[in-house]
Amino acid sequence: MTAAKGHARAEGRGAMLEIKNLNVSIEDKLILDNLSLTVNAGEVAAIMGPNGSGKSTLAYVIAGKPAYEVQSGEILLDGENLLELEPNERALKGVFLAFQYPTEIPGVAAMTFLKAALNAQRRARGESDLTTPDFMRRVREVANALKIDQEMLRRPLNVGFSGGEKKRFEVLQMALLAPRIGVLDETDSGLDIDALRVVADGVNALRDPNRAFLVITHYQRLLDHIKPDVVHVMARGRIVATGGPELALELERNGYRDYAEEAA
Amino acid sequence: MAADQETVDRVRSIDVDAYKYGFVTPIESDLAPKGLSEETIRFISRKKDEPEWLLEWRLEAFRRWQTMEEPKWARVSYPPIDYQDIYYFAAPKSAPAPRSLDEVDPELLRTYAKLGIPLVEQEILAGVEKPQVAVDAVFDSVSIATTFKAELAKAGVIFSSFSEAVRNHPDLVRRYLGTVVPSTDNFYATLNSAVFSDGSFVYVPPGVRCPMELSTYFRINERNTGQFERTLIIADRGAYVSYLEGCTAPKRDENQLHAAVVELIALDDAEIKYSTVQNWYPGDSEGRGGIYNFVTKRGDCRGARSKISWTQVETGSAITWKYPSCVLRGEASRGEFYSIAISNGYQQVDSGTKMIHLGRNTTSRIISKGVAAGKSQNTYRGQVSAHRLATGARNFTNCDSLLIGHECGAHTVPYIEAKNASAVIEHEATTSKVSEEQMFYCLQRGLSAEEATALIVNGFVRDVLQQLPMEFAVEAQKLISISLEGSVG
Repeated sequence: MTAAKGHARAEGRGAMLEIKNLNVSIEDKLILDNLSLTVNAGEVAAIMGPNGSGKSTLAYVIAGKPAYEVQSGEILLDGENLLELEPNERALKGVFLAFQYPTEIPGVAAMTFLKAALNAQRRARGESDLTTPDFMRRVREVANALKIDQEMLRRPLNVGFSGGEKKRFEVLQMALLAPRIGVLDETDSGLDIDALRVVADGVNALRDPNRAFLVITHYQRLLDHIKPDVVHVMARGRIVATGGPELALELERNGYRDYAEEAA
Repeated sequence: MAADQETVDRVRSIDVDAYKYGFVTPIESDLAPKGLSEETIRFISRKKDEPEWLLEWRLEAFRRWQTMEEPKWARVSYPPIDYQDIYYFAAPKSAPAPRSLDEVDPELLRTYAKLGIPLVEQEILAGVEKPQVAVDAVFDSVSIATTFKAELAKAGVIFSSFSEAVRNHPDLVRRYLGTVVPSTDNFYATLNSAVFSDGSFVYVPPGVRCPMELSTYFRINERNTGQFERTLIIADRGAYVSYLEGCTAPKRDENQLHAAVVELIALDDAEIKYSTVQNWYPGDSEGRGGIYNFVTKRGDCRGARSKISWTQVETGSAITWKYPSCVLRGEASRGEFYSIAISNGYQQVDSGTKMIHLGRNTTSRIISKGVAAGKSQNTYRGQVSAHRLATGARNFTNCDSLLIGHECGAHTVPYIEAKNASAVIEHEATTSKVSEEQMFYCLQRGLSAEEATALIVNGFVRDVLQQLPMEFAVEAQKLISISLEGSVG
């Protein structure tokens, strides 16, 4: 993988993403309650939890979506506090969010968008823009692996894409942008089993000692395909349990009831 | 795609000071005495050595104008204009109608080079396919140069400044002048008829497809001066011409008036494509200065199966009052209007079109994209009417507005009138905002707020940009990014 070029710092097991005592509210309602979490380089960490536990909020706050008010706490990526950075600066540091509901942008071809994003990131690293043939070749390689045909890339971004197409396009962007940390917000929702496998293969191909993933999901089934190193259980705005892959299986059997009460 | 990339590059390289055409050319001018009277009009007419009939035509317009009032129905506001405090004629002293490009004042050539308008007749290099564009350059009140005249003459096409056309082709001018926009048409058009100074004249003879794009580049330079140009384009039977118009002005604290008239005439089976990239100085961030662009543009589809198409990209002017229209007189004639109007800062835009269906089976199509940012107000005003004899008339209108930020406004005012039961008129309109979701999505991928806005807006106006001739489309796209500079927090 040429992926980690540009932000190759902590190799292997060191802490890459550290969230410390994070309190976040939206319209005066506390959503994340003193949440702390560490993700190590090379790790795939799953976050599971019931609806309304604050999983998506966590994803958005890492990426810097406006409207969420951070009361206190820190989010460190490679030791640097992301909370002091604009959303695009965070992206340039290597934060990638695969959206649960990717946004439509009428009139802007998916390919145009990809090229603009890729070149913005290259310039931020002091690299020159890719030539069109180089760009096309790279897109084609990744697109083939994700079973995305060229016709789809000529369509306006996410406009009229099926649920599966949207999610595959998110993974395509992640592969091209080669982030330091990929946050996948319920990327499995709305996917049939074949699409799920394609998406999971796409993510697995990006696993790298210099990269980490935060995989947010409701269900165990995604984790059958993307094997996590660590599973965190989230309830009522905080991490209430942490374990190995077996924790996901236990949740599948027993549901979230025990944890929901524990956090209360 | 390449063009989109171009936009992003351009945004990246923007200076803090966005309007880059705001410089002044230091050149001595011949001015008419300030103010407006019969004397001023005689002065202009004498300067131009005009025939008696034209002077009479001007004076009649002036008398009419004195009885008229400024229109008040547009959604724009500005302090009263003192018409006696304007110079109605300003010409560079060095320019008593140069015969060839070699005789043009180098200072003027430098000005146009700085504006990116080549006033040279570049040879086509062997093996390099670069389309040629003939340019008429109008500086304040006079045309200073027209390129490729000889080349065009070979095809029988007349392309010259208006003054020259009056001298060399008086019969053509007299036959068509004022037949689309009569000298009594409206306050500003009547004022123009009285004091118009220069502009472009085009005549394409029967069956001729004009071999290159024609363009006129308007530049206001002198202080306290109004620009009142007049353009007349005639496409004879079966002829085709594509014409482009561009405009810029220096930055000044006071407002300046630009009241032009454009008349297009298409005879049987003729087609005229008229494109404008309007980038008059829009005023500063506090709303001081800028051009008042009060313009009457109208095309007459006089012949059967004739076609007139207006495409405009409007990014400049403090106030725009402009409705390029089509009178669909000939049977099965067609009118088109494609518009992108972008406003930022304190700009006020009231623009749109009229499609007047008079003949049988006439068709028209209107695609309007308004983008409002800053504290600007952006109004689309359009009229579609099908008259009694317009059996089978059809119109389709699509009118979309995009808002950036919370302090701007977009308004749509359609007037629809059908006096023939068989007419079919469709109107679609939408208003949307650049959503927080769209912005966040772009930022999350590493684009800056400016890059994201340019990308989203270019997507929004894409249908219309595609109507512009290639070279202008790229230019227009850059302009869009530049005029939105500073529109995002």
